[in-house]
Amino acid sequence: MPEILSVQHISHIYSAGTPFERAAIKDISLSLQEGEFVGLIGHTGSGKSTLVQHLNGLLKPTSGRVLVDGQDIHASKEATRAARFKVGLVFQYPEYQLFEETVYKDIAFGPRNMKLDEAEIDRRVRAAAAQVGLSEDLLEVSPFDLSGGQKRRVAIAGVFAMEPRLLVLDEPMAGLDPVGREEIIRCIVNYRETTGATILFVTHSMEDAARIADRLIVLNQGEVLMEGTPGEVFARSEELLQAGLDIPTVTRLFMTLKSRGLPLSDAVYTVEQAMDEILRLKEGR
Amino acid sequence: MLRDITLGQFFPGTSLLHRLDPRAKLVSVVLFVASLFISKSFWGYGLCILFLAWCIRISGISPKMILKSLKPLVIILCFTGILNMFYTPGEVLARFWIFKITREGIYTAAYMILRIVLLIAATSMLTYTTSPIALTDAIERLLNPLKKIHVPVHEFAMMMTIALRFIPTLIEETDKIMSAQKARGADFETGGIIDKAKALVPILVPLFVSAFRRADELATAMECRLYHGGEGRTRLNTLVMTGRDYAALGFMGVFCLLVIYAERLVSILL
Repeated sequence: MPEILSVQHISHIYSAGTPFERAAIKDISLSLQEGEFVGLIGHTGSGKSTLVQHLNGLLKPTSGRVLVDGQDIHASKEATRAARFKVGLVFQYPEYQLFEETVYKDIAFGPRNMKLDEAEIDRRVRAAAAQVGLSEDLLEVSPFDLSGGQKRRVAIAGVFAMEPRLLVLDEPMAGLDPVGREEIIRCIVNYRETTGATILFVTHSMEDAARIADRLIVLNQGEVLMEGTPGEVFARSEELLQAGLDIPTVTRLFMTLKSRGLPLSDAVYTVEQAMDEILRLKEGR
Repeated sequence: MLRDITLGQFFPGTSLLHRLDPRAKLVSVVLFVASLFISKSFWGYGLCILFLAWCIRISGISPKMILKSLKPLVIILCFTGILNMFYTPGEVLARFWIFKITREGIYTAAYMILRIVLLIAATSMLTYTTSPIALTDAIERLLNPLKKIHVPVHEFAMMMTIALRFIPTLIEETDKIMSAQKARGADFETGGIIDKAKALVPILVPLFVSAFRRADELATAMECRLYHGGEGRTRLNTLVMTGRDYAALGFMGVFCLLVIYAERLVSILL
């Protein structure tokens, strides 16, 4: 698998030179392979949002480099602009960025900025709308008349329509009810299946991360605390708890069971795994 | 880019200036500005510069921040300077084409520039050392007598407090919306004036929508907590003028007289 994104020792200091100076991220290095599905975890203020804004060149690191397809995205203005289109970034609460008169026009904003021709824009808008599960008749409605969950999906479609090869989503499920959360997850999985894109999604919910990501990166106070498959990460639950992070409820339950002396595996983080593990234990007896 | 706006920014601290009653500070600044406009002599301005320098020193705020607050005014300053230099009638010093520079012109230009710089620096010192909330409190208290003639002083103060409270929020919001639209390939830098104006639509529409939403939510929240205006309302922190504050006001009064009569004083002394 070729490497699509490489972050090399980046740091970012906000308000440098004033009394409010604060390092948001410190010497972070990470790399993403083509086609990976990675979860970025950390609690509020751990630097997640700052980090993701470096990936498409919205923020410039105080030190360090960001390479997309092996190219430094700050090498030139053109490189930065190219990175914007290769790396699609869905912000937190993206529904607050909607502005057009119709859903169609709003989704078309990104592709139009890419200077594509009308036929291609039309194809992309319809494809993106389908990926997020918006019906055709909603395309001519004002985005301000939609429900919260629909607005969120329109905003996400606006980024899908740019067909980025690396899709970065910052807390895409924040503030939604369980049904809304499921819908968003389905959108992301859809996009990944139809385009084969690499996904990096930021969350503070360990449950979501454990369920859908192949690999997890845990940030704490602006630094990478751990990195690995969900199994590897949740095997170190003690450390996660010490850093003030949450762990999936199932993992927590298994930790308690283990402390009571049951011979259970460390790396349990989904209900299915838990079931298998309990069955194994029962049959083993 | 928006983070660079420093006018009206508060730097928390514990210096004498920070601890003075906001009313005393506000009145002092008004007195200072008034004396700036009445004074006609360089001696007076010299005194003002010295006094301001002393204030900056004891406030612990880096002079860099004061300079930063002046930066947006550079164009206005140049404009004022140049216009005054060329258009004040008087003794001609130099002349080229249809322009002439007069001695009086140079004086007025220098006065004007000094006056604006001192004015901005003094008011910046006020906002740098006083939190916006303390400042509106001070304004409300100072305007209290107007309640007698049915001026809704409390309501004005509340509106101002809310407006001030939301400035950073809206700046942050603007930043976020700009980033989000940039992430969708919006381009705010290149293109002509019409392109740039058009590029503002994707920022302004969401910004207005969000401002109205916030206003609506805040109004509901205030009503839920039975807000009903200023009638019989008590405060968490009541402003109290101490001896220090009266001393500061007294000092400012004397200082103003000194500045206004600086020229006469100097001529008596020399």
